[in-house]
Amino acid sequence: MSDAIAGEATAAAGDLAAVAASPWALARRRLLRNRVAQTMAGVLALIVVVCLCAPLYAAHVAHTNPFRSNIDGTTIVGGKTVPVMKESTSGLGLGVTPIGPTWDIHHYFLGADGQGRDVAARLLYGGRNSLLIGAAAALITCFFATIIGIVAGFFGGLVDGVLSRALDVIWAFPVYLLAISLSTVLIARGVSIGPFRLESGSLLLPIVIIAVVYIPYVARPIRGEVLSLRRREFVEAAIGLGASTWRVLWSDILPNIVTTAIVFFPLMLAIDMLTEAALSFLSIGVQEPNASWGTIILNGQDLLYTRPAVAIAPGIAIALTVLALNVLGDGVRDALDPRAKLRRTD
Amino acid sequence: MLRFVARRLVSMVFVLFSISVLSFLIFFATPGVDPAARIAGRNADQATLRAVRKDFGLDQPLPVRYAVMMKKLFITRDLTSYVNRGAAVIPQVTQAAPVTLSLVLGAAVIWVVFSVAMGLLAAVFRGKPIDTAVMIVGLVGISMPVFWLGEVVNLLTQSRFHDTAVFSWVPPLGYVPFTQSPVGWFTSLVFPWLTLSILYIGIYARVLRSALVEAQEEDYVRTARAKGLTERRVLIRHALRTSLIAFVSLFGLDFGALVGGGALLTEVVFGLHGVGKLTFDSLQNLDLPVILATVIYAAFFVVVANAVVDLVYASLDPRVRRA
Repeated sequence: MSDAIAGEATAAAGDLAAVAASPWALARRRLLRNRVAQTMAGVLALIVVVCLCAPLYAAHVAHTNPFRSNIDGTTIVGGKTVPVMKESTSGLGLGVTPIGPTWDIHHYFLGADGQGRDVAARLLYGGRNSLLIGAAAALITCFFATIIGIVAGFFGGLVDGVLSRALDVIWAFPVYLLAISLSTVLIARGVSIGPFRLESGSLLLPIVIIAVVYIPYVARPIRGEVLSLRRREFVEAAIGLGASTWRVLWSDILPNIVTTAIVFFPLMLAIDMLTEAALSFLSIGVQEPNASWGTIILNGQDLLYTRPAVAIAPGIAIALTVLALNVLGDGVRDALDPRAKLRRTD
Repeated sequence: MLRFVARRLVSMVFVLFSISVLSFLIFFATPGVDPAARIAGRNADQATLRAVRKDFGLDQPLPVRYAVMMKKLFITRDLTSYVNRGAAVIPQVTQAAPVTLSLVLGAAVIWVVFSVAMGLLAAVFRGKPIDTAVMIVGLVGISMPVFWLGEVVNLLTQSRFHDTAVFSWVPPLGYVPFTQSPVGWFTSLVFPWLTLSILYIGIYARVLRSALVEAQEEDYVRTARAKGLTERRVLIRHALRTSLIAFVSLFGLDFGALVGGGALLTEVVFGLHGVGKLTFDSLQNLDLPVILATVIYAAFFVVVANAVVDLVYASLDPRVRRA
């Protein structure tokens, strides 16, 4: 919807010069002038597209199934057939070492993990899951935080008291501990709520857990903004004119809050992706044989000194994605709220 | 002011109580979670399960069990582990606390020094290439997963370059108590400190820079310049002092969370047996009494840090007290 508004406004702005430009059109123009943010948006889009192509890569380029262990498999390096898992030559000669990066896009580009699976293919599938979990969790957080913030800030009194206290408690519960506690309990054996059953491997579990944990971080500032909006003249005028509560919330409060929620979205997405990686690294996020960038780092931990590429590659992917999101988030904030450029406090 | 302090204390107790109830419910009342099955082991028969439930008081109603647990934790202080039968919980926490404290204190010194330097540098050279470079370095620090950074550090210092002169002094992973060997304590913690502080250097440099840039627009800074003070004096004595308010309050919150066990990932990667590692280990084998103790321990520091920051704010800014 916001795109439609922005599009209309830009069209109008073309006729009337800058005089009649809507805030959305202005924001868009500011964002288009921010070269760094645009570059990072490009990087992000590239990462997303490449990760979405994971099944194509696995099936048509690497010809491998990244979810099945392939300990006895062979591959081709420099025209010769070699086993994926080599007998270890160092130490006591016990155990096997997976093949290292071949830098051949068709055969174990980044080498194999401890189960002989193609790391490059897993990296792409893992990216799909990491991005999906991050995006879904950030959407849920922003959506519910907006509702809670508006309800608590607008109605005040007992409603605000209860909601704010609940937010205070989640806020004071150390965020990583709450996420880890919930994940440990829920992911071990799945959860049934009434007729709904979430299996332990379901991606919905980490999504919901990460989303819930960060709601106070977004809901608190939104509540504060609604509190001050409530006392503004245009809201009092609307109430005085007899507008219904719904109307005031929908057409006076919400449009002024949406920008805050939008500003939070890329930054929450960045934090959510880091949280997902941490949970998966602690083996309470995405479950095997499914992959995420965090699980691949966990897989690579045992191979750290022999085959470091397994753990390093997904870390670079996370860092690059989160960096792009942070820069983009800064750009969106500067575009939507230019005053924030001065009073920027992260 | 006194009323504000009293109100803050009451809400502190309330939040701590709620957190203890919430974590108790997460571990004891989540559908499908049966601590008795966990204690009795896999494939235990019904009679064993019943005996375990009776033994550990798991057949009692939830409020009673909560009260018994809290009594054992705070009053008689003889709460014992479910997994290592008979091992008391409180000594485990007090043994882990110095490790975490060592890690967090050292990291805090590093991150405060570096972030103040970087924030000042960026603000002084605002808009210049130095500013951009410093802010990019900060952003990269914020964007790296800390456990991954720790692994890369381990790879370089413990394996790849361990035999070179640069890293040959790095001891194997683990903690050396200060009382045992101050030098060993220091060398074993240098890389965990650096790893943990990198994220915070990025955050705090950004926060300080923006506060400084904002302060440059203030009237009192203009007045200080008009008085003919040197740029350095204006920056250090006038702009920096007010800019540090946001910095210090953020520091209080982060420090509290870290002392409570927030450095869990760093502790796990570097094999430091601190509070975070204790929490993680007890979560792995669902040792509920230990989990409960560590969660309350962590929440205590977070809540106290919150309250201290609020009180400092209120003593500096009288408007807060009335809000």
